[in-house]
Amino acid sequence: MRFVRTKIQQMKGAVNPGRIRALAKKEFFHIIYDPRTLVVLFLLPLVQLIMLGYAMNLEIQHVDLAVVDYSNSRLSRKLTRAFAASPFFRPFVFEGGPEEIEDLFLRRKAQAALIIPHDFDRQMLRNPFGKVQIIVDAADPNAAGIIRSYCQRVIASFQPEAGAKRPWLVDLAGSIYFNPDLKSSYFFVPGIMALILMMISSLLTSVAIAREKEMGTMEQLLVSPVRAPEIIIGKVLPYIGFGLMDAGIILLVGMVLFGVPFQGSFLLLVLLTLLYVLVGLSLGIFISTLARTQQVAMMMANVATVLPVILLSGLIFPIASMPQLLQYLTYLIPAKYYLLIVRGILLKGSGLMHLWVPALFLGILALWFMGNAIRRFKMTVED
Amino acid sequence: MNKIVVETRDLVKQFGHFTAVDRVSLQIWQGEIFGFLGANGAGKTTFIRMLCGILQPTSGEAHVLGYDVGQESEQIKRHIGYVSQRFSLYPDLTVAENFDFFGGVYRMPRPLLEERKEMLLERFGLRPFAGMLTGKLPLGFKQRAALACALLHDPPLLFLDEPTSGVDPKARRHFWEEINRLAAEGKTLFVTTHYLEEAEYCNRIAIIDRGRIVAEGPPGALKQEFGSPTIQDVFVSIVSGGEEP
Repeated sequence: MRFVRTKIQQMKGAVNPGRIRALAKKEFFHIIYDPRTLVVLFLLPLVQLIMLGYAMNLEIQHVDLAVVDYSNSRLSRKLTRAFAASPFFRPFVFEGGPEEIEDLFLRRKAQAALIIPHDFDRQMLRNPFGKVQIIVDAADPNAAGIIRSYCQRVIASFQPEAGAKRPWLVDLAGSIYFNPDLKSSYFFVPGIMALILMMISSLLTSVAIAREKEMGTMEQLLVSPVRAPEIIIGKVLPYIGFGLMDAGIILLVGMVLFGVPFQGSFLLLVLLTLLYVLVGLSLGIFISTLARTQQVAMMMANVATVLPVILLSGLIFPIASMPQLLQYLTYLIPAKYYLLIVRGILLKGSGLMHLWVPALFLGILALWFMGNAIRRFKMTVED
Repeated sequence: MNKIVVETRDLVKQFGHFTAVDRVSLQIWQGEIFGFLGANGAGKTTFIRMLCGILQPTSGEAHVLGYDVGQESEQIKRHIGYVSQRFSLYPDLTVAENFDFFGGVYRMPRPLLEERKEMLLERFGLRPFAGMLTGKLPLGFKQRAALACALLHDPPLLFLDEPTSGVDPKARRHFWEEINRLAAEGKTLFVTTHYLEEAEYCNRIAIIDRGRIVAEGPPGALKQEFGSPTIQDVFVSIVSGGEEP
């Protein structure tokens, strides 16, 4: 009991709220007086979001579709028109035979082919089962999968007779949940949020201590009675608010520009985003204790965030398809958890009961980085 | 008469194989202006940093205001003021904001902070610059602001590490007048400099060369001892190789 009490007293002695407030206020002034920081805070994320949002687009439009129409009937032409009406396809009638399709693919004249048999009309009239063949160029397997499902959707909604109640029965291999439009922006915009937030938040704090070292003000701080945790906490605190504002902007632009839906709880998203931003800031401040100059700190922050987020978070490459060793490594990537959270909330409307595990991991990572920053921060000058 | 404020015994600081401070023993009494003279790289800054508690000595002992520099650096930090050779207020904050920040760091109650701030701004002629960005001040005023800021929490002991380097002669003179005034108020001042003529302003000086103290005493006594008309001549005759700073 006495041990616990002295422990608490020590901890109380370790940080002084007044000093933290003074440090945080000073840091706040640094931020709002520095146009460069403001650019990094507000302009950079927007530019990145817009650039990445349009660049990282797996959507496929205007697929050149070669139609080999042996039937050449009313119904077959109607089916071709159904494809033409979809924004995904640009059908053209191909006079050659199926054996020439490979050549079409090789010359990139078409990415898919639709082959309508000569008895298509008869089949359709006799029974509602018509057989058509779809051939897809799978040089890009991702694209091939998407094209195939687009085809299925067009065929599934094809009605041989206008107004006829008779459904066209197509055996779909599977239905697509949560993102029925297969919009890759729904998938990517949350991911880009994760990437930008991590980049910006770690970048901001990574220079915080190195800057004081460079300016020579660190020495003045060290000879004053501040303690390491106070410096670390005081530096991170003001950035939390700014980081959250960033998240709001990115989210808003993502919704307006890319039409990302919002299924879940706004409050939950805010709280968990706050946690994620805190992880980034803690990582940055940890880097800051390692780097001597701002340049080095910025480089380190970039290397420590961009590549791991892009490669290991599941943003682009599914974690399940990574080698086992890399899969273990992904547990250390904060963006992995945030992706689960943000995709869950935005696209599926997941609640805290689904997301508490990734949230817990984020909390652990924040504490870990923060603790290491405090431990690493030296209260002495090193020459 | 006066009590000892700083006392070191055989203080040593080594960086690898390089000995920056070599067995320095010193005593400084309250109310003194103690000048620490030496060329660049002689070990002045290293010595001061150890006394401020931001650099661990390799061996030897040092007490500042009765506190051990190795064990009780926190108590030391609370009671000293420090002006480093590099200008060390935040250039992107105004003078007043710098004062407020350091007042907060020393946990000064608001009314006391306001009172001290007003008094020091007035005393150092900084009132017209209070709202200006510190980085935009002329160098002389920057140094004055740094000194004023170091005095905010009213420390009994001040360490000034080359406070006048780069400052024009008139501003330097003004600075030393201020230092004299502080000593008259009972504060102890430890000042390093490589402007040898400034030694004349000190009550007592020590000349440090390659980490070791090679002469120590009041400037007048040293001149007499070495039969030199100025401290500059004393310095040249002592310091090995005769190199001037």
